[in-house]
Amino acid sequence: MARIEAEVGTPKGGLLRWIDDRFPLSETMRYHITEYYASKNFNFWYVFGVLAMVVLVIQVVSGIFLTMNYKPSAAEAFASVEYIMRDVEMGWLIRYMHSTGASFFFIVVYLHMFRAMLYGSYKKPRELIWIIGMLIFFVLMAEGFAGYLLPWGQMSYWGAQVIISLFGAIPVIGDALVEYIRGDYSISDITLNRFFALHIIVLPLALIGLVFVHIVALHEVGSNNPDGVEIKEHKGPNGIPLDGVAFHPYHTSKDLVAIIIFLMFFSAVIFFAPEMGGYFLEHANFEPANMLATPEHIAPVWYFTPFYAVLRAVPDKLWGAILMGGAVLLPMFLPWLDRSRVNSIRYRGWLYKVALTLFTVSFVALGWLGMQPADRVFVLAARIFSVIYFAFFLLMPYYTSIDKTKPVPERVVYRA
Amino acid sequence: MLKLNTVARFIVVAACLVATQSVAIGASEIQLQEANIDPENIASLQRGARNFMNYCSGCHSAQYVRYKTIGKYLELSEDQLIDNLMFNAANTFETINVAMPADSAERWFGKTPPDLSLRARAKGADYIYSFLKGFYVDPNSPTGVDNIVLSGTSMPHILWELQGFQAAIYSENIVDSVTSLEFEGFEQVTAGSMNAEEYDDFVRDTVNFLAYITEPIRSERRRLGVWVLMFLLFFLIIATMLKKQIWKDVS
Repeated sequence: MARIEAEVGTPKGGLLRWIDDRFPLSETMRYHITEYYASKNFNFWYVFGVLAMVVLVIQVVSGIFLTMNYKPSAAEAFASVEYIMRDVEMGWLIRYMHSTGASFFFIVVYLHMFRAMLYGSYKKPRELIWIIGMLIFFVLMAEGFAGYLLPWGQMSYWGAQVIISLFGAIPVIGDALVEYIRGDYSISDITLNRFFALHIIVLPLALIGLVFVHIVALHEVGSNNPDGVEIKEHKGPNGIPLDGVAFHPYHTSKDLVAIIIFLMFFSAVIFFAPEMGGYFLEHANFEPANMLATPEHIAPVWYFTPFYAVLRAVPDKLWGAILMGGAVLLPMFLPWLDRSRVNSIRYRGWLYKVALTLFTVSFVALGWLGMQPADRVFVLAARIFSVIYFAFFLLMPYYTSIDKTKPVPERVVYRA
Repeated sequence: MLKLNTVARFIVVAACLVATQSVAIGASEIQLQEANIDPENIASLQRGARNFMNYCSGCHSAQYVRYKTIGKYLELSEDQLIDNLMFNAANTFETINVAMPADSAERWFGKTPPDLSLRARAKGADYIYSFLKGFYVDPNSPTGVDNIVLSGTSMPHILWELQGFQAAIYSENIVDSVTSLEFEGFEQVTAGSMNAEEYDDFVRDTVNFLAYITEPIRSERRRLGVWVLMFLLFFLIIATMLKKQIWKDVS
């Protein structure tokens, strides 16, 4: 560490000095990058934060290029996407990057959230980071939903139709609210235009702002680690945590490896399976939206299906919508639902391990069920898994407080 | 007034029920046949392009597909395109449009024939392959034929000269005094100019072309993908070495 600092050094005078006198550039770089210390024992699960940033950049950049050729009108949207796919130079690559990026965004974010649940990253003092993260997740869902309407295919149209109509379940104001959201009596050109506005400016702006705040909050309290112990409690004489290494060059060099491996998966999908068997690009979306022909089977894109399965598991429309909303919102309360004395799953008892396993199985199962037709067996299964999903959160204060935990080490476990 | 309304409503509901039932029978019992297309077979694609222009393009457009694009991948020169494939287009930059006006088409067929630019991507190659092989004689239909894959289709059997006509054979199943018909297979009624094997190949080539036009850059993206992955692999080796070097003093 000291070796590298000695080699690079801090330049005196010159342009950097001129800037530093007017803007805290070097100070910011040190605080957030070269002198931000995070635990040296980060494992596989700790790469998904930076990968989410990578996908965000991919989505913003590819999105900008798509906007240059896309036409947000009901008459032209579908054709303009095909124009991008066929006639724009490398347009197909830009479009596949964006459509694959949407799915990878959710894969990465779901794994990032799962990491927090494995190692108790949402627990004190990181509650606010978790809440901001949940807000990012909500905005991301809205972003994905608005974006899915834009290609103006059959699934774009009917998926939006189903989800927007859910607001109609709200008593008294429901119908008026649905009309207000659509801006019309059905999904139309007007709806497409406003979703375009939301998708390309309102929501990305909120997303980038929240991501910024997420990182500022993280750097204020410091990153958690797979042992869930506080590295700031053991500092060396120089004030640097004994178990921490600087974000740059240590974590950046590690992240670079992760980013390349991620890009290999990402490229494999883009170049060899851009539809991903109908999961990333649904087959029915290659037919232009037709308000007179309802598809036999309407399923949202895979990243919404766990919540969609909860919705369908409830026979009543209003309660279905409420429970679906509840399923999305509940994780936000994790910092207060979890009463365990330890953070990391490494030192938790068998109760939490079983609960987390059941929860994970339920989430994946609900995701699968949400894509199936609403047959009786599937609906019954969705009910069982929905109950487990909710029980995981609602019973958490109980099972985490009686769970037998193991002793937590003073410092992180690390083998070079 | 109220009474009439109720009756009308009842009829609509009943009609819907009948309609959904027949759709359910058609969709659940018919196994699609595998098209077994080879997207890398240029000769097959060339034959498919010829078939498409001769038999399909009279009614079906492929409005996102440019002749120029086809020519490049199918290894056809500009002259070959103009002489063999372009019946109603003036230059190769044009897309495959249909001469038949949409409103006339709707009057004649009850439905505008769908654009085929993306049909194979939306429905799958197997679907179109089975559809083109699935016409059978039905005297009750205005076109004289129905289709086993898409019951009640308004498309006539335009390939009848090649395939001839076939009849659908059903077997009767009686379960709990409810009779249901199960599709057994086809029986040739009149012979066409092609035998069964030749017709299969004809349809396969056509479907191959239809699948190709859904995504003309398919083979380009796969070729590029190999290079991208090779580059990333190389980059990965360097990044791993860099990481090892930087982390070696961490204990």
